[in-house]
Amino acid sequence: MSQHPGLLDTLFWRAGSLLVIGYALLPVAWVVSLSLKSAADLNDGRFIPRRISLEHYRAIFADAQFPAALWNSIGIAGIATLLSVLLAMLAAYAIVRLRFRGRQLVLAAALSIAMFPPVTVIGPLFELWRNLGLYDTWLGLILPYMTFTLPLAIWTLAAFFREIPWELDQAARVDGATPLQAFRYVILPLAAPGAFTAAILVFIFAWNDFLFASALTSTSAARTVPAAIALFTGSSRFELPTGAIAAASVVVTLPVTLLVLLFQRRIVTGLTAGAVKG
Amino acid sequence: MSRHHDRAEERLGWLLCSPAVLAMLLVTAYPILYAVWLSLFRYDLRFPDERAFVGLANYASVLTSPLWWESLANTLIITLGSVALELVLGMLLALVMHRVLFLRRTVRASVLVPYAIITVVAALAWKFAFDPVTGFVNPWLGVERAWLAERWSAFLVIILTEVWKTTPFMALLLLAGLTLVPQDLLDAARVDGANAPQRFFRVTLPLMKNAVLVALLFRTLDAFRIFDTVSVQTGGAQGTETVSIVGYHALVTRLNLGLGAAVSVLIFGCVVGIAALFVRGFGASFAAGERS
Repeated sequence: MSQHPGLLDTLFWRAGSLLVIGYALLPVAWVVSLSLKSAADLNDGRFIPRRISLEHYRAIFADAQFPAALWNSIGIAGIATLLSVLLAMLAAYAIVRLRFRGRQLVLAAALSIAMFPPVTVIGPLFELWRNLGLYDTWLGLILPYMTFTLPLAIWTLAAFFREIPWELDQAARVDGATPLQAFRYVILPLAAPGAFTAAILVFIFAWNDFLFASALTSTSAARTVPAAIALFTGSSRFELPTGAIAAASVVVTLPVTLLVLLFQRRIVTGLTAGAVKG
Repeated sequence: MSRHHDRAEERLGWLLCSPAVLAMLLVTAYPILYAVWLSLFRYDLRFPDERAFVGLANYASVLTSPLWWESLANTLIITLGSVALELVLGMLLALVMHRVLFLRRTVRASVLVPYAIITVVAALAWKFAFDPVTGFVNPWLGVERAWLAERWSAFLVIILTEVWKTTPFMALLLLAGLTLVPQDLLDAARVDGANAPQRFFRVTLPLMKNAVLVALLFRTLDAFRIFDTVSVQTGGAQGTETVSIVGYHALVTRLNLGLGAAVSVLIFGCVVGIAALFVRGFGASFAAGERS
């Protein structure tokens, strides 16, 4: 029976998949449409723009704020990703491969941080960073991003590491390699796909954050895109510059969306590996 | 020999974990302890000289303020509303992704789009969509309505935004659970004459209980700390303030570190409470799932 699904059944599931695609893409299409409307057409309430205009894109790149925020976002999210994945690889390797007391402790600590409400540390970090001179600096955001993504990275990498054929590692150990050498020359190349998946997930987290970015920065020295977009102001204080916001949104959304679509299978594995196999 | 080896392995284990553990201690454990300490002081950055130990007075003033209880109620409304909708919608999405062959890759890829989009961007997109001047929602529905200018319709927009953004994550977790359900069990149930809803509720759902519980736990805790969407869409106006917004304003806008720290500690307590409720509710099943 499952080999010959009825026509009604097929139509039902096909309609379902079209609905899903529409559901996912509707707001995206809307923002793209807004960003392409000319200033005069912004309030016409139409879903499809009457004329295509690139004026908002020209405007956001002519202003100094947005390019600076874009650069901050790329740099801060990039460095935080590198550090987080590096530290998580070391920890995940130890958790999967070595027997030592405290393995469970590290995993439990990681799990509790995954559930930790970031707003709790905003105040203390705000005060600490001002005393340490980290307020409104790249490092001041890199540190929290790195830490809050460590659990995700550790769990994802540990899930990937469990799938690696460890006989190779043991063979290298028998041949006289130290555990560290076995890690560096045998496991690292095998672990690269997992590391890459973890890196994408971590990058998306850092790229997405608004809470730390708005609490721990005050100028374009370190303000990232989400905070900058939320602070965009129009000609008057109470008027949102809709077109500029939409254009900036498209600029920051497209690259990450492309990344996600290109590596969709790995991301799905990474997102679910930690939670299900746990 | 083997004992020596064990000790070396033990040391290497700690060595490899120490950078991650140190970072987690430095940026979360230390600040939370510092927050507990700060919450015992009257400490306003605008009047730093008036700093004084006040014991539990900050907690007393938070817990007796209607603002805290209202924001807690708001947070629970948004959390329950969005997580309940997400569970149903996420399950439907997971079933579609599991079953469908038509446009399979496109469906799976498009589901990841909301996940990849910055929350602030998603919140602004929906805000513009519901805007009475700019948006397309009012013309499509044929109504004239300022959605974000009124409490309950603002909740509706906030919940809708949250649901749109995070259902894919829920769906992926549920899909992972769904793929673990053995097909022959479903076939056997079909042979025994169970119809589709019976197969789903009697066979599939009980077998993916762990996946559902994990997904619910993650999303509930995540929804409880909602900040971005509310901050962008209403800024907490129209009685939509959530606990994270209250904490943020006390700390960053009004620079009242003592009071803000007390709010932070209370939020932390709520999150621990929710997690404990879940763990106790799942009991053995959750613990077993975690260990395997």
